[in-house]
Amino acid sequence: MTGRLLVAAAAAAIAVAPLVASTYHVLLMLPFMAYAVVLLGLNLLFGYAGLVSFGHALFIGIGAYTGAFLTSHCKIRSLEVILIAAAALGALVAAPVGALCVRYVKIYFGMLTLAFGMVFHTFVLKFYRLTGGDEGTPFLRPSLLGRSLEAMPKIDYLVGPYYYYSLAVLVLATLCMWRIVHSPFGLCLKTIRDNPAKAETLGIGVTRYRFHAFVISAVYAAVGGALLGPPIGNVDPTLAYWTHSGNIVFMTLLGGFTSFFGPVVGAFVFIYLQHWVMSVVPYWRLIFGAILAAIVIFAPGGLLGLLTPRRAAVRL
Amino acid sequence: MSQHVVNVLLSGVFHASILFLVAAGLQVIFGVQKIFNLACGSFYALGAYVGVSAVGWYTAAGGPPALFIVPLALAGLAVGAVGLVVERGLLSFVYERDETFQLLLTFAVVLMMEDAIRLTWGTAPRSTAGLYLVYGQTHLLGATVPVYNLIVIAASLAIAVAIGWLLTRTTFGRIVRATADNREMAAALGVDLRRVYAKVFTLGTALGTLGGALVIPATAAMSEMGIELIVEAFAVVVIGGLGSMRGAFVGALVVGILRSIAISTYPELEMLLIYLIVITVLVLRPRGLFGGAAV
Repeated sequence: MTGRLLVAAAAAAIAVAPLVASTYHVLLMLPFMAYAVVLLGLNLLFGYAGLVSFGHALFIGIGAYTGAFLTSHCKIRSLEVILIAAAALGALVAAPVGALCVRYVKIYFGMLTLAFGMVFHTFVLKFYRLTGGDEGTPFLRPSLLGRSLEAMPKIDYLVGPYYYYSLAVLVLATLCMWRIVHSPFGLCLKTIRDNPAKAETLGIGVTRYRFHAFVISAVYAAVGGALLGPPIGNVDPTLAYWTHSGNIVFMTLLGGFTSFFGPVVGAFVFIYLQHWVMSVVPYWRLIFGAILAAIVIFAPGGLLGLLTPRRAAVRL
Repeated sequence: MSQHVVNVLLSGVFHASILFLVAAGLQVIFGVQKIFNLACGSFYALGAYVGVSAVGWYTAAGGPPALFIVPLALAGLAVGAVGLVVERGLLSFVYERDETFQLLLTFAVVLMMEDAIRLTWGTAPRSTAGLYLVYGQTHLLGATVPVYNLIVIAASLAIAVAIGWLLTRTTFGRIVRATADNREMAAALGVDLRRVYAKVFTLGTALGTLGGALVIPATAAMSEMGIELIVEAFAVVVIGGLGSMRGAFVGALVVGILRSIAISTYPELEMLLIYLIVITVLVLRPRGLFGGAAV
């Protein structure tokens, strides 16, 4: 019960943030909400299916480039269309990639996803005419719910309508993921993670379940990636680089991959801490590397794992 | 025409000999400790920067330019000691954990090392100005090649032979192979795993830092060189097979030469071609060309 209250309180806090917090902090909430969507999906693979992808930046890139391409080249500005197209394209790419990747687990799964991620990165980097190469493609301001908000000043647009739109997407994504992990499908995934051989003998199609989890997580990453675009206004290949994939795994671990909301907390702490550290010293990687090392060694359950010490031992 | 082919091949083999050193470091660590060391690229970058500094001091101290390769190689090897620090200070805490955590710990090293290099050497590229051609150039089958490239190729071959000798002909090598095969059994027979791990990780690191130091006269040290090289080294070990030294050798040749051919004929394809080969290998033969039962 306290858990629900906490979540409701957090959602309410996010909802009133634009009214009380400074513009700087409100703007930081936008990447947080986008990453939260990505990480909800990533954790279906990481926390629930036990597969660590080092290539999910591929799907973030697909979502972001879909939006940039539609707004810049196709004159389609509707964010609803963009999100649906990003999700569809994410699923379309994830189907063959996932079919190949989920045949392997552990280190081989990680390596294969990394390789696919780098294929996409090289593609967007080299095919200049289509993607703008390393300069990227502009992500023009999308219209929300059919209303063009072109006349609005950029900051007002971002902290107003776009903020609540992102929040709505995040809430919807959270509710869907909550249903997914508490469905028989989610339970089967956990069984597969804990004991694949037993799951197989119980009649669970191990590879098929992993494949579905992969595609769902890719759709989440693509939708989150599309949400990342408008605040930046430009989409470039670093979004699809392998270190970006590493960073989102880092966020998941930071919050705690063993709990449902851990990744969301991880995204929040990562974004705010990163901006705070960067405002003090430019060397955020040095500090974040040390934080990651400390988490891996001392607190593999992440921040939420620290808060609930009596939880069962971390396993993966 | 033949001159062009020889040029492309030789630059490919030069790149391959550097890649082999880094990939060999990756392989020996994976083979024994089952850790996929993402930080191998960072060690490579570290070796490059330390090499530049060492050569800088050497030149400033008035050492003869023709011998610059001595301080370069020594500095590259010596900074491999950082591997011991990483192994004892970080990795030794997570040997009992899932390999995902070990992978993430090496990613933490990647993050830290990138900024540590920026903090120490700044963001501007560093190079050993003018020493690349100190040994002159030679003509080989109609093509003009810097002698330095040939020296590095020869050194890399010599190191390959030395590693082969170390692993197959010495007591240390027998212990290492036994540990790679079955660590519980090795421990039961009295092998001190802590010492073996510390030595192996340091050896793997030193191979990477040496590779970085040796490449530096031919190019410039940049802070991103590490995270860029890791994906190439990764391609090498996947093609060759994780944990196999022969695999590292053949994989490095394949990646080095293909990259060189792609750059000279159709630059857009450069790494795309290599990743596609990697995926083909992973899908058709996940153990790579030479990966045995060790995985």
